[in-house]
Amino acid sequence: MAEMFSYIGKPIPRKDSKDIVTGEIKYLDDLKFQNLLYGKVLRSPHAHAKIKKVNKEKALNLKGVKAILTWEDIPDFRGGTPRIVRVLDNKVRYVGDAVALVAATSSEIAEEALNLIEVEYEVLPAVFDIDSALKPGAPALYDEYPDNILPGGTIIYGPNCLKGVTRGDVEKGFREADVITEGTFGYENIPNALPPETVGAIALWEEPNKVTLWATTQAPYMDKVTLFHVFNRQLDIRSIGVHCGGSFGTKIMCWQVQSYAILLSMATKRPVKVVFTKEEHMANFTLRLSSRINAKVGMKKDGTLTAISGTWYVDTGYYSFTTQAQVAIGSGELMIMAQCPNWDLKNYVVVTNRNASGSIRGFGGQELKCSFIPLLCLAMEKAGLDPFEVLKKNFVKPQGGYYWRDGNWYNFRGIDFSKAMEEGAKRFGWKEKWKGWLKPTAINGNKHRGIGVGVHGNADIGEDTAEAYVQLNYNKTATLFICAVEHGTGQKTNLAKMVAEVLKIHPDNIRLTPADTLVTPFEFGPVGSRGTYAIGSAAINAAEDARQKLLEFAAPKLGAKPEELDTKDGVIFVKNDPKKSISWRAIGNDRTILGFGRFEPDYTMCNCMMTFVEVEVDVETGKIDIIRIVNTTDVGQVIDPLGLEGQLNACLGSAGIDSAIFEETVLDKRTGHILNANLIDYKWRTTAELPEIENVVLETPFSSHRFHAVGVGEIATSPGPSAILMAVSNAIGRWIYEYPITPDKILKALGKISSNKFDTHSNEAFKAMGR
Amino acid sequence: MNNKQKTINLKINGEFYEFEIGEKDWQIRPHHTLSHTLREILNLTGTKISCDDGACGACTVIMDGKAVLSCLILTVECDGKEITTIEGLKDPKTGELDLLQKKFIEHNAFQCGFCTPGMIMSSKALLEKTQHPTEEEIKEALSGNFCRCISYYQVIKAVKAALNERR
Repeated sequence: MAEMFSYIGKPIPRKDSKDIVTGEIKYLDDLKFQNLLYGKVLRSPHAHAKIKKVNKEKALNLKGVKAILTWEDIPDFRGGTPRIVRVLDNKVRYVGDAVALVAATSSEIAEEALNLIEVEYEVLPAVFDIDSALKPGAPALYDEYPDNILPGGTIIYGPNCLKGVTRGDVEKGFREADVITEGTFGYENIPNALPPETVGAIALWEEPNKVTLWATTQAPYMDKVTLFHVFNRQLDIRSIGVHCGGSFGTKIMCWQVQSYAILLSMATKRPVKVVFTKEEHMANFTLRLSSRINAKVGMKKDGTLTAISGTWYVDTGYYSFTTQAQVAIGSGELMIMAQCPNWDLKNYVVVTNRNASGSIRGFGGQELKCSFIPLLCLAMEKAGLDPFEVLKKNFVKPQGGYYWRDGNWYNFRGIDFSKAMEEGAKRFGWKEKWKGWLKPTAINGNKHRGIGVGVHGNADIGEDTAEAYVQLNYNKTATLFICAVEHGTGQKTNLAKMVAEVLKIHPDNIRLTPADTLVTPFEFGPVGSRGTYAIGSAAINAAEDARQKLLEFAAPKLGAKPEELDTKDGVIFVKNDPKKSISWRAIGNDRTILGFGRFEPDYTMCNCMMTFVEVEVDVETGKIDIIRIVNTTDVGQVIDPLGLEGQLNACLGSAGIDSAIFEETVLDKRTGHILNANLIDYKWRTTAELPEIENVVLETPFSSHRFHAVGVGEIATSPGPSAILMAVSNAIGRWIYEYPITPDKILKALGKISSNKFDTHSNEAFKAMGR
Repeated sequence: MNNKQKTINLKINGEFYEFEIGEKDWQIRPHHTLSHTLREILNLTGTKISCDDGACGACTVIMDGKAVLSCLILTVECDGKEITTIEGLKDPKTGELDLLQKKFIEHNAFQCGFCTPGMIMSSKALLEKTQHPTEEEIKEALSGNFCRCISYYQVIKAVKAALNERR
């Protein structure tokens, strides 16, 4: 750490902290509106069916019901990737698909009305997993895609969107390999990121085509963009972000609930609120991708990778919003962790009759790696190599590179993360604890201990564009105009700190506008780990632009050139003669000094997180306890130490590490119903069972922005699950491949209970299709 | 409440309230939960609803000194009760924050903040009840409060810091 900063790196309380601890902060459902109506969604009880007839009469006669909409009542508005998903359709594709929308004067009346709507269905056969969806002659969800495979690529990543990885000569690579392993591995438990705040929107439609939207969202500006297209480019949308009660990437997928609120407001000309219940949140909103890879890896005796080939099957549920984007990012992330000259990695995005998978922290990379690393483990075991050394060796280094989401190759210009990895290994005691593959580190009666390690890196730290304005005020404050909602990372305060550092005024004197698309310029949203570098750069550039304009304004008054001036604490002064100065008050209350900043995407750097875990397995009961976690990373420069600590502790949250041991969404594959859509049956970590976590953070300056920092928050959840699989396998001396490792799987692996006849890794469908 | 009773009296954050029971729009309906009454009638929206099912602790308030789940209690059951919500923790005259609130800020013991009112109310009830709780007792007291950001570690630090300062 070379540079000394006044605010960057210092633990300054978040701007919203007082409002959070007093309960004064307003989330969506806390907002009050005059004349508000409440919207509810009638959902399908069938996984796949045609809607033959809907009778709304009884429901419409219920006092307080103001509107009921079905597919017959609305134009052909569509979303999804590709844009084939109607907001309301005459066909339902999963248990819970929207059939009708109701607006009423209370949520109880709306709920009651749902029960009075009579729907006649023609039930169709359904497919609930990759195998059945890909079988020849399988029922098709969409007429446009009769084989249940969606086209690759997403328009927002450009015409050459990364659809897989092809590089070098895999045949040659396998010939050069000392060990080759091959197999099928999956991460198919579709866990839920499950922010505590559910999902919702409030819309107010006004003649002739204006809508104001308040929503639970992570990215209000992108909502405006998405909805513009959904509503056939005819709607003028003002999108207002509200303080967000957790998102973990999921709440960039709120276009459906937003559309419901907008349509009901159009129908009633009143503000309408649609807020999902927790059950709807869990059964009708974003799950993790279901991922399965059938692949082959070639490796030399020293751990050098020579070839990776295979097919990645992604089950996206009944539709895709971001899945092709996750395939692109996930594939690039695999290249970042597995530097290899020869690749042939294909993929298929498959639709099935269950709730949709999509955007969640880890964004494709976590899902792909959780499937791929077990295969890599088999290669490392065969070569007798220490996984820490192999993961360290194969992670991208300054002379390396990767394909990224736009299909282009990027030479890596980031730092060597080996130092951070080694420091983490040292703190964890990896070298002392590692006894070899399938060997426990310690045995105490029934309790077997094992260790594992995982790694993840993402080049999304500089993805997508961001824009900001900074306005300087004569009262020695500044206003940052940026379309950013706070969703837990402390991002808004961090941006204020960056602006404060540039302008040399205290962050308390920086105000942020609400995230309101009528007020702010474009900002993509704090997705991935782009907050620090991408969004930060826009704020920094805007502050620098404003500062420059301020100095130009002051120069003639001080008889100096702008470059001879500086400003601090609201005073502009001549650097060589600080007594020659004027206050910001000279701006006057009749002048605006406004700076503009923009960030252009930069995919040449990535972040990195390595996670070490120690587990204890009770070989009698099959219960797994995580004893210790060490996360290690290098962030260039810490912006906020306490916020960073929180982000790294989050490795246990939002369908992260615990998706390896108990988190799963249980789908009944006979009916398509989700069986644990509540917070009792869906297992989550409590304070009663907290492992020890140590976070190791290095600060090697990056060539990012003027504070040399990069973001890391998103990836905290990703290296852990495969590390747990490795640790548990080592603890019990048997390979375990399936997530989550519930006690029955341990006992089966140990031969203590009979193994299940149902083979979840059946390859029949693949063979049948010649894939 | 007995069957004939038409009104209930509550003390919430130091203020007395009398509610009519009935089916009219302005009345408390027999099926209304305490969390609903707090949020929708009294505009005390600091009490959060997440699962609305008694599993997550977001709606925790203190009733007669005990941390309770306001989504599982009917308002009509609360006659004569004294209730404190997150809005009632700071000093009503000076606006000074409760020690726990201060420590939560100092330790950045929240991320999205949605579970925070419940976390603070569970912690507050523990600190009122127990003079010197152990770390295990703190963890036990908070084990019904769901946090997906994993603010747990910083919450426990904040609670311990409040205990230390109180000593």
